[in-house]
Amino acid sequence: MTATTGERVEQGPSPAVSWPRRLAGISELWTFLVLAALVLFFSIAAPGKFFTTYDLTQIAVNAAIYLVLGVGMTYVVITAGIDLSIGSVLVLAAVAAGEYNIGHGGAAAGWGTVACCVLIALAVGAGWGALQGLLVATGKVPPLIVTLGGLGTALGLAELATGGQDPAGAAAANLQNTLGFGKLLGIPWLVVLAAGVTLVFGLVLGGTRFGTHTLALGSNPAAARRAGIRVGRHLVQVYALMGVLAGLGAVMWLASYGTTSIAGHATDNLKVITAVVLGGTSLFGGRGSVLGTVIGVFIPAVLTTGLIVIGVQQYWQDVAVGIVLVAAVYVDQLRRSARERS
Amino acid sequence: MSEPLLEARGVVKQFGQVQALQGADFTAFAGEVVALIGDNGAGKSTLVNVLSGVIAPDAGQLRLGGAPVRFAGPADARRHGVETVYQDLSMAPDLDAAANLYLGRELLRGGLLGRLGVLDRTAMRREAVKAFAELGVTLKEVTAPVATLSGGQRQSVAVARAVAFANRVIFMDEPTAALGVVQRARVLETVRRVAERGICVVLISHNMPEVLSVADRIEVLRLGRRVASFAAAGTTIEDLVGAMTGSLDQDRPAPDTGARNAEDLR
Repeated sequence: MTATTGERVEQGPSPAVSWPRRLAGISELWTFLVLAALVLFFSIAAPGKFFTTYDLTQIAVNAAIYLVLGVGMTYVVITAGIDLSIGSVLVLAAVAAGEYNIGHGGAAAGWGTVACCVLIALAVGAGWGALQGLLVATGKVPPLIVTLGGLGTALGLAELATGGQDPAGAAAANLQNTLGFGKLLGIPWLVVLAAGVTLVFGLVLGGTRFGTHTLALGSNPAAARRAGIRVGRHLVQVYALMGVLAGLGAVMWLASYGTTSIAGHATDNLKVITAVVLGGTSLFGGRGSVLGTVIGVFIPAVLTTGLIVIGVQQYWQDVAVGIVLVAAVYVDQLRRSARERS
Repeated sequence: MSEPLLEARGVVKQFGQVQALQGADFTAFAGEVVALIGDNGAGKSTLVNVLSGVIAPDAGQLRLGGAPVRFAGPADARRHGVETVYQDLSMAPDLDAAANLYLGRELLRGGLLGRLGVLDRTAMRREAVKAFAELGVTLKEVTAPVATLSGGQRQSVAVARAVAFANRVIFMDEPTAALGVVQRARVLETVRRVAERGICVVLISHNMPEVLSVADRIEVLRLGRRVASFAAAGTTIEDLVGAMTGSLDQDRPAPDTGARNAEDLR
């Protein structure tokens, strides 16, 4: 671009911003193409076997909890933060709700108990997230360390409360039969719930003041502060949102599997961060979208199912995702440096 | 001249062992461009930060429009019609020009959507285009992230943001430091145009010829105090340099007296 403050730049569409270029600039497009290529590949490699309703439903159900966590993580990563604690917070929220359920009717608990369990899980998540956000907002401890500490502490507390064993009767049959296995017009409730959460927070990020402030403070915290945005308070809100969604993840997990799975969430954080980054959200903050995260969640999910269907060891999924992840961040870096130079 | 629009009297600010301001005064009138100059470490940035609400002074008084005022922060200063164009421009590079223009004071939709915090992007873009046009700037794309704009265009966005909301004072910290010749002229032209609207523009600059060409008055800081105040007409670069380095002290009674009043000036 030639140096032209105020020089009248030619009006109207110029070739530099034609629509193919513009499309190419949308980061979600690339990840979407990868996803589409995967789906195409497996559909051709295993005709009639891969793209079945059963597979799709299974993929969606498996992805539902990660999607809910990924939505929260998108906000956190956009603020140039990270939350490693989500798996432990999910377990802690599940244990808190599960213990309440055991004390109030167990598997046969009534609807009142179910409602209380849901509220407990959400509140535990929100409280834990807000606490971590408060520590991050002081600026004295980086998010990586705050949430690494949170990862250990939350899991430890959950293990102390249960003696390390998943308690029996943590989920009521009422919860499992509805949210867990129920369907709305043939679509599992878990998927409907995840889709609703994704839609709402996708719109919040893209179209509201809250979303703009999240992007702004990730892009340039000093500028956000000078513009009158209460950066500390906003960080607390973002981490609390992540916590609430981890609590919701706990409810979904209990509904789906009927147990707290204390030992089963150690790598949730890595899976979710992978999905967010694959979706084009920048680890340096300031840029990202919920739509990208949706695509990022489905790439590993499609890979796993696809590899099973075509009879390849599903462990190749880990190899493939690892490579794609590093490539995605590499491309993000290239794009950033190209932009700085312009 | 009439009553000053913005006035600082005996401002003291200490950072640990360093006395950044030792009873500094500052006077600015509506509709004028006043340059604030001084050598490195003279206390320019500290004084501007105090005047724009970024830091609170240890002692001293600020008066805006004749009344004592105390800013709780930059946002509070902005509510009083005092805007700042920071040297680093203070923008979110990943957001577009319109979002940056309205950063922290976004326009919301009407009704329920507005109460939910839903942005009125159409209105913001429309107003942004208007604000840029007033400065003679046409951005190729209002929807492009600010990071993709040229340095001059970014500067224009920062200036447009201050101009769009300031109704009293605009501080500009080295607004032309990073610019080429053409862009520099353009910004200085804008500075004059803004002052003609009755707004006071405070220009912080190292560039003496530029200061003399665009400012009406020049205030000189040295060692945390105002040491001189010149009308630009008839003042030479030698006068300014003399005041900055201390070989010519016009506005200070004696080197070791404490805080003093701006009244001495008149």
